[in-house]
Amino acid sequence: MKHISMTVNGDQHELLVDPGWTLLETLRDNLRLTGTKEGCSNGNCGACTVMIDGRTANSCLVLAAEMDGTEITTVEGIAKHGKLNPVQEAFIKDGALQCGFCTPGFIISATALLQRNPNPTEEEIRTRLAGNLCRCTGYDKIIMAVEDAAAMLRG
Amino acid sequence: MPDFDFAQPTTLDEALELFAGSGEIRALVGGTDIVDQLKTGRRNADLVVDVKRIPELQRLEVTGDGLHIGAARSCTDVGEFPAVRSDYRSLAESAMLIGSWQIQNRAGVGGNVCNAAPSGDTIPPLLVHDATAVVASASGRREIALSDFFAGPGQTVLQKGEILVELVLPPIPDNSASAYLRFIPRNEMDIAVAGVGSFLQLDPSNNAVLKARIALASVAPTPLRARAAEEVLEGNVLTDELIEVAAEAAVGAATPITDVRGSAEYRRELVRVLTRRTLAICRDRING
Ligand SMILES: Cc1cc2nc3c(=O)[nH]c(=O)nc-3n(C[C@H](O)[C@H](O)[C@H](O)COP(=O)(O)OP(=O)(O)OC[C@H]3O[C@@H](n4cnc5c(N)ncnc54)[C@H](O)[C@@H]3O)c2cc1C
Ligand code: FES
Ligand code: FES
Repeated sequence: MKHISMTVNGDQHELLVDPGWTLLETLRDNLRLTGTKEGCSNGNCGACTVMIDGRTANSCLVLAAEMDGTEITTVEGIAKHGKLNPVQEAFIKDGALQCGFCTPGFIISATALLQRNPNPTEEEIRTRLAGNLCRCTGYDKIIMAVEDAAAMLRG
Repeated sequence: MPDFDFAQPTTLDEALELFAGSGEIRALVGGTDIVDQLKTGRRNADLVVDVKRIPELQRLEVTGDGLHIGAARSCTDVGEFPAVRSDYRSLAESAMLIGSWQIQNRAGVGGNVCNAAPSGDTIPPLLVHDATAVVASASGRREIALSDFFAGPGQTVLQKGEILVELVLPPIPDNSASAYLRFIPRNEMDIAVAGVGSFLQLDPSNNAVLKARIALASVAPTPLRARAAEEVLEGNVLTDELIEVAAEAAVGAATPITDVRGSAEYRRELVRVLTRRTLAICRDRING
């Protein structure tokens, strides 16, 4: 077992992790943060997307043991003080989800995109979200929601 | 996941001492190849060494002898680095093609090279820019031309105990440019059916080709240079006809297989088309 110290959504955790555990397993099974989903387990679907030190990653391909000293943001840490972030609000307003399984991953990827560029083109949105798959919506409403969230952020 | 130990050294010496140990020892950068390979049993490990915290492997800078890319630098870091975007454009293009944004944020260019897939997208751009691999073990360092680095699908010439430290790309000459294109049936998130990187240096007085490099992915057991096609170009005035002859010669370097992504015949045709297109892009880039 390896000792790591990582900050998740602002809270610091001291953990003993097995070298074989993924960050995804550790978040869901040890920290009980089940908002982050497991779809494919091999980097293709994006359901497990989290931010590590501000950058998005597929947590199913990251070992928890790598995470000593890092800051992780999961979907549970996106709303601040009980207030949804603009991406979450826009997803609800535009009905950008059906079963919702892909939604946490999309919220993280879209939030990261808008942090970097609050005025992305449709093409940039589609490219940056290409690592998040959705079996239900057909994507158009998701793209619309990200555009609306961008407009909210720009005020 | 199989049982293995984990280490996260913070100096190169510490890392090389670990790699000198016995058993199956594997480096980890982004983990976007190795973690899935371990999960599915395609590779095994007694010890996994996360090399991302070694300062030498995080180097990313331009010095007198060229561009230095530490082996642990991510595709995002490399693809967004100003000198890569301006001078080594094919490399920036390929780094931003790998997987998704999430993948690019973790996956190393060095990881792409060491994974040694025939389809590794950053490899043709590195080959056309004459990259050298600087490798080290507990008993010393050596430099390997990247064109001599690959031994077969998933196989490199790295010896037991050796790791990649950095890739060095020499400074680019005036009047030169590079380009990379791959063909996939989707827009993102797929493995190249074929990929071609090209580099051209032209004589501005008469448009003669001073230096040409063409490298192919996904059409042979390893990524490789199409040397006959380079020879067709060098010393001759660049015309559409010459580009066509070079594209035909590049097809000759390909020894593709037929698989679910495409037939051998289709891949040969892709080599012709992508060689023609990347050479034309180089010409346009040089002529501004
Ligand atoms: C969804 C998905 C999409 C992908 N799309 C593409 C794509 O479009 N194009 C493409 O080319 N690849 C693609 N890949 C494959 C992979 O992302 C790339 O090959 C990536 O560059 C690997 O880098 P890494 O840092 O994650 O490697 P790792 O998995 O960390 O390592 C890869 C291999 O190299 C070895 N290694 C790493 N560093 C060193 C070192 N310093 N010295 C010696 N050995 C070392 C490791 O032991 C391992 O065997 C994709 C993967 C996924 C999961
Ligand atoms: S579960 Fe990680 S990408 Fe699908
Ligand atoms: S809403 Fe069901 S997968 Fe996207």
